[in-house]
Amino acid sequence: MSSLLLIEQVLNGLQFGVMLFLMAAGLTLIFGVMGLINLAHGSLFMVGAFAAAAVAGWTGSFLLALAASLAAAAVVGALVELVVIRRLYGRDHLDQVLATFALILIFSEGTRWIFGSFPLFLDVPKVLAGPVTLPGGIEYPLYRLTLIAIGLAVAAGLFMLISRTRIGIRIRAGESDREMIAALGVDISKLYTLVFALGAALAGFAGALVGAIQSVQVGMGEPVLILAFVVIVIGGIGSIKGALVGAILVGLTDTLGRFLLPLAFATFMEPSAATSAGSALASMLIYILMAAVLLVRPTGLFGSA
Amino acid sequence: MKLKSLMTAAAVAILTTGATGITGALAEGHGKVKVGMITTLSGGGAGLGIDVRDGFMLAAKLAANPDLDVVIEDDQRKPDIAVQLADRMIQSDKVDVLTGIIWSNLEMAVVPSTTAQGKFFLSPNAGPSALAGKGCSALYFNAAWQNDNLHEAAGAYSNGAGFAKTFILAPNYPAGKDALTGFKRFYKGALAGEIYTKLGQKDYSSEIAQIRASGADSVFFFLPGGMGISFLKQYAASGVKLPLVGPAFSFDQGILQAVGAAALGVKNTSQWSKDLDNAANKTFVAAFQAEYGRLPSLYASQGYDTANLLLSAMAKADVNDAAAFQAALEAADFASVRGDFRFGPNHFPIQNIYVREVIKEGDVFTNKIIGVALKDHGDAYAAECKM
Repeated sequence: MSSLLLIEQVLNGLQFGVMLFLMAAGLTLIFGVMGLINLAHGSLFMVGAFAAAAVAGWTGSFLLALAASLAAAAVVGALVELVVIRRLYGRDHLDQVLATFALILIFSEGTRWIFGSFPLFLDVPKVLAGPVTLPGGIEYPLYRLTLIAIGLAVAAGLFMLISRTRIGIRIRAGESDREMIAALGVDISKLYTLVFALGAALAGFAGALVGAIQSVQVGMGEPVLILAFVVIVIGGIGSIKGALVGAILVGLTDTLGRFLLPLAFATFMEPSAATSAGSALASMLIYILMAAVLLVRPTGLFGSA
Repeated sequence: MKLKSLMTAAAVAILTTGATGITGALAEGHGKVKVGMITTLSGGGAGLGIDVRDGFMLAAKLAANPDLDVVIEDDQRKPDIAVQLADRMIQSDKVDVLTGIIWSNLEMAVVPSTTAQGKFFLSPNAGPSALAGKGCSALYFNAAWQNDNLHEAAGAYSNGAGFAKTFILAPNYPAGKDALTGFKRFYKGALAGEIYTKLGQKDYSSEIAQIRASGADSVFFFLPGGMGISFLKQYAASGVKLPLVGPAFSFDQGILQAVGAAALGVKNTSQWSKDLDNAANKTFVAAFQAEYGRLPSLYASQGYDTANLLLSAMAKADVNDAAAFQAALEAADFASVRGDFRFGPNHFPIQNIYVREVIKEGDVFTNKIIGVALKDHGDAYAAECKM
């Protein structure tokens, strides 16, 4: 194993992590501010990817496709909040899980009804296709590097929004005391719709970015949703900083685990047994990480009790 | 005492009426065959089930046999739902034949109890080794392939292409393990590496980096559905230029358009291709396009053949005479879209498996046959089958 390969794997883990962050950021905001468990967040990821694939198909422009993914997911998110989610704030978490699970089914079948059952085509734009050579001689796909840059830029933007702007102050206030900011005259229902749409837009954006290197198909959001929940549990529910750290931790653990564990097992086992044992343990690794974090810090890395 | 005998009389009366009812139904249904199709029509794997259904129903429509009656239900790719549907179809819909199942795990859940209840099962897709070997049944027929077949053909092709150091990968689940076992059964060269990926994994950057570092001269992969789309796109972007070989599942008509140019030139193994030169296939491809407005896939061809197999048996025997109907199915006296087709002793196909290459025809990505990987190929489990 060369150090170049290791560096490449670290980059892969980082890229996976920042994409997870885009999903987890919305989820943790919605949970932190509104106390709502939104299982349908993965569906918004899918909505973004399908909107991008459709627009890229019509216009051929990747930038327009990205804009469409943001717009479509934000609009769908706002509509869902107004029509369904609004009725759930006062309810029990179990009711929220039930209702948002129903939303997953409705979104999946609705998407199939509109786009059919076959996966759609969405490709990396021509300028970003192919590999670049990094210092040290690592060949790395340019698009993945761009994803890392975009993810970190969005994270920085989100920090600015939360810590420096008026809306950010209101979001933080809503997180710590809902009744009080309502009493201070802030239109809480408008704030909720806004936060929900923002979270949805981030998920849709992630869907479009990731859709270009993966498959755009019905049900693509649910596996990511599970990982996003792991991320926010590790990072601490409601914390954007926690979501970023958690996402990168999960991305690195998963990627490096898949790569290193079979190698480690091969030092004392025969190769084919090492491959299956190593990959079996690698797929559990992020859950083991989550359990370990919760043992030490029951509210997550940056969670408040 | 009086009451008891009255009750007995009533019970006997009910039983008799019930029995006449059953005899009546039998007499009325003479020659008719009711088929229960359980397939995946919703969720991530729906494309496959829809193609099997459309292929099957196209054959039924072309044959216009009034004695064939089909009930279709969606299993949502869940074994428990497939089992419930099978029970309901057998007990309340009174079907004679079951078909349609796509996935091996669903097939293993449904087939043993179906054949134990004396119903025929015609598989249009999944062919798990357990049903080809020790667990084979006189009433179970597979009209597609045994799960290992296409991978074995890929191994045979790799030998012929002169690959001596192949990197192999498949998802970590039973069919993935069968795939790598099947490949290794025929492949004679060395392995540059062997990876089991997570089932449903969408990011292959880590695996591609290992392929690049391994010094392999080629890559064999079995990643069905969305996993294959993701892998091919990421492989093309990575700049690794090693030749790829795989079974047809990642290069099927339904997903090739979603992969796009990343799949061009890749060699894949299949028992069917739309350019196979025989009359039945030409009729099928033209009729499928006319009926549904898209090119048929591998799965559609399997659905179509399954229906024609059933229709050929219906022409020869009554389904209520199980032995005669079984013999009629075994004869496989129909024009398969794959050309030559016959059943081995375990009711799995003996057929040619071809090598195809992904090409672009106009705006459409599709496959073209470039050679035969294995001729008249059966499976490795037939000897274990005692029927």
